[in-house]
Amino acid sequence: MEVIFILIGISLVLALTFLFLFFGAIKDGQFDDDYTPSVRILFENQPKKSIKDQPKKSKSHE
Amino acid sequence: MKEAFQANTQSKCFHCGENCDKNPIFFDEKDFCCQGCKLIYEILDSNDLCDYYNQETSPGKSQKASSSLQNRFDYLDDAEVIHKLVDFRNDKESHLTFYIPQIHCASCIWLLERLYQVNSSIVGSRVDFLKKKVQIRYLQDKISLKEVVQLLSVLGFEPNIRLSDLEQNAKNRVDRKLLTKFAVAGFCFGNMMLFSLPEYFSEVELLGTGFKSLFDYLNVLLSLPIVFYSASDYYRSAWNAVLQRHLNMDVPIVLGIFAFFFYSLWEIFAQGNAGYMDSLGGLLFFLLLGKIYQQKTFATLEFDRDYKAYFPIAVTRLIENREEVVPLINIQVGDVVLVRDEELVPADGVLMSDGASIDYSFVTGESIPVPKQKGDLIYAGGRQKGDPMHLLIQKIPSQSYLTDLWNNESFEKSTKRLLEPLANRISGVFTWTVIGIAIAAFGFWIGKDVAIAFKAFTTVLIVACPCALSMSTPFTLGNTLRIFGKGKFYLKNASVVERLALADTLVFDKTGTLTDPANASIEYHGDVLSLETKSILKAMVDRSTHPLSNRISHWIGKVESAKLDRILEIKGSGIEAIYKDQVIRLGSKDFTKACIQELLEVGNYVFLSVEGIMLGYFHIQSGLRGSVPEVIQKLSRDYELHVLSGDHSHEKEVLSQQLAAEINFTFNQKPVDKLNYLKALDEKGRNTVMVGDGLNDAGALQESQVGIALTDRVSHFSPASDAILDAVSFAKIPSFLSFAKASRNIIKASFVLSFLYNILGLSLAVQGLLSPVLCAILMPLSSVSVVIFTTLATNFVAIRKGLIHINKP
Repeated sequence: MEVIFILIGISLVLALTFLFLFFGAIKDGQFDDDYTPSVRILFENQPKKSIKDQPKKSKSHE
Repeated sequence: MKEAFQANTQSKCFHCGENCDKNPIFFDEKDFCCQGCKLIYEILDSNDLCDYYNQETSPGKSQKASSSLQNRFDYLDDAEVIHKLVDFRNDKESHLTFYIPQIHCASCIWLLERLYQVNSSIVGSRVDFLKKKVQIRYLQDKISLKEVVQLLSVLGFEPNIRLSDLEQNAKNRVDRKLLTKFAVAGFCFGNMMLFSLPEYFSEVELLGTGFKSLFDYLNVLLSLPIVFYSASDYYRSAWNAVLQRHLNMDVPIVLGIFAFFFYSLWEIFAQGNAGYMDSLGGLLFFLLLGKIYQQKTFATLEFDRDYKAYFPIAVTRLIENREEVVPLINIQVGDVVLVRDEELVPADGVLMSDGASIDYSFVTGESIPVPKQKGDLIYAGGRQKGDPMHLLIQKIPSQSYLTDLWNNESFEKSTKRLLEPLANRISGVFTWTVIGIAIAAFGFWIGKDVAIAFKAFTTVLIVACPCALSMSTPFTLGNTLRIFGKGKFYLKNASVVERLALADTLVFDKTGTLTDPANASIEYHGDVLSLETKSILKAMVDRSTHPLSNRISHWIGKVESAKLDRILEIKGSGIEAIYKDQVIRLGSKDFTKACIQELLEVGNYVFLSVEGIMLGYFHIQSGLRGSVPEVIQKLSRDYELHVLSGDHSHEKEVLSQQLAAEINFTFNQKPVDKLNYLKALDEKGRNTVMVGDGLNDAGALQESQVGIALTDRVSHFSPASDAILDAVSFAKIPSFLSFAKASRNIIKASFVLSFLYNILGLSLAVQGLLSPVLCAILMPLSSVSVVIFTTLATNFVAIRKGLIHINKP
């Protein structure tokens, strides 16, 4: 049963890790603005070169 | 099909989507409505940023009206201005946040966050869409603040930099402490529950004695952050209340926390029992949850704006015919300033140009510009419509007729008597009763068993701890706040709900609040207008953007416009047209050379003349908002009504006839008079709600128990107030008020519920029967059931009052 000592230790360390990760997220301002990221995630990360001919392509299908 | 047809006849600007005039600018196979839009496209194109146009169709804003003055940002070179505007600065980088009202779509976010592609000296930028703010990081050695602002304004995102931005304390730091405290409480509470479970199910004996004390000590360890960190706000608030010889809800909470903590310490270390640490954790967890729920804020709205939030930072000063851009704070009496079309008059001054036309909608809510002559005094807060004018400053900005309001003591410190929340009033009685019961229980047991006497004393304090009591208020008010928000009625904070519920006197501003500029009544006097004349008039007024023109156009109705030979709008005077070699003039008395006497001083007049001979005139009065008579009728049953107006008293009879209710009218009210009127009502002990819209109501809004600012565009403009009401929801005012009353009754009902729990708990506690398990069940059960009750009850009432609608599938 002594294994419980170790398990309690591990569970506390794990929980503390998450707590500090959460602190980090608060400090970064993750909870200050909960709307903009939902828009930002939908932007495409396009390689720089190919952008030139993109607009024309999409215009034709509009 | 229809859209395709339209696209053929009239081309739309690729950048802003507005209809192009007859001659669109054709560039790179695309149409543009103006040079400004084309310029933005060119910049984006050369920087590989045309993906901007793929996020949404025609995402830009028209650049037709944008100002093109080169030197208007000169004040941004001033070291002190820069110092006050930047949030953060080190050797290389500066960070600063701009408010950009033009942000309106996903494309705006996309482009503003790629500024570094346009100019490599900008390190990065981040948009907060709801607040319409962008934070920009740039290398200050390579690019100046002025150049950053110029770049933004070229792209069509000119930041709104106002006088209030220069005040360092105005920088809004988001309060993240509450969230951190809540996280700590949640962490500790969760783990404590885990360590307490074996105790409850008697599993701990199976594990052996070593484990039991280990779990207890871990619980003590975990309770420390809760007691010394998460609960710190309650100590502060309770201590302040005690210092003021006054009991608020936090006093019994702190009493309970201490009782929980020290009794559990004694149990664990002296007795070897389990203690109540897990219940303590749960208590703080639920309390902080309630606090967060109550803190619903409307990020896009600002409730504390004073005149500084509207006035520009810099104005153009004329020195020996040389223009110079100076910060507004440096303006002195005797300076001559230049005020251009659409610019705000920054301080009281005498008009030195020939004529001007001032729109005071900011101040009074009346949107029809007032014509001014040379030598007239023009008050700060008006907006020039027309050619640039010169103004000789008579008073410095902070001493102006209007801004002087803010020097009144009401703005210095909140001197007004604020109604006390229900919870605070109850908590006084509650605390003394609980202490009384505790002492009585102690006295009863002391003769029989000293140990039980102490146990009874502390457990009474523990179980009576008003967790359910103190949670009913934040959850009811928080939910009320949300329901109001859905009805486009935005409150500054939860305490406004209770003050709204206690109101007995309503005060309305007339112009712009009861009357709606868009709802004008038009009367025509003079020769009968033929269909031909009407069609000429229609053609004339449709070319003008003046509010009066729009109303006349509306009055004429659907008439085909005539073809005019020439048409000319002279700003501040009227419109001149030539039709079949006849000069037709529509406009002011002087402009049309009309000779007529005995005009009432109410409303606006527009004269019509042909070849210098007057045909007739239009008399335009702003009418009541559609829903006003009905709303006033409903309110007059339960409230004492007052109407304040800055206008003359001519309208009194018409108004009282239209409203048909018992109303106290007061006319000729200056902004300071309105403030004093509210103060007088307050001294009589009335609980006032003021509904106003302009900066001239700001004093009255401040002085009332609840100041409601009515506005057509919620994020746009409103004076400092406790609540902002969208004008479309004006008709719902009676429902809002009665809902506020209902939510106060819900709080009362939930108090009854939590008193029942307290009686149950106390009856166990005085007998010394309370055990940790029972406490751990009773505490969360009572809290959760109270929360469920208040949430369901508020939603139910809101549905019955028609404030929220259930979507039928």
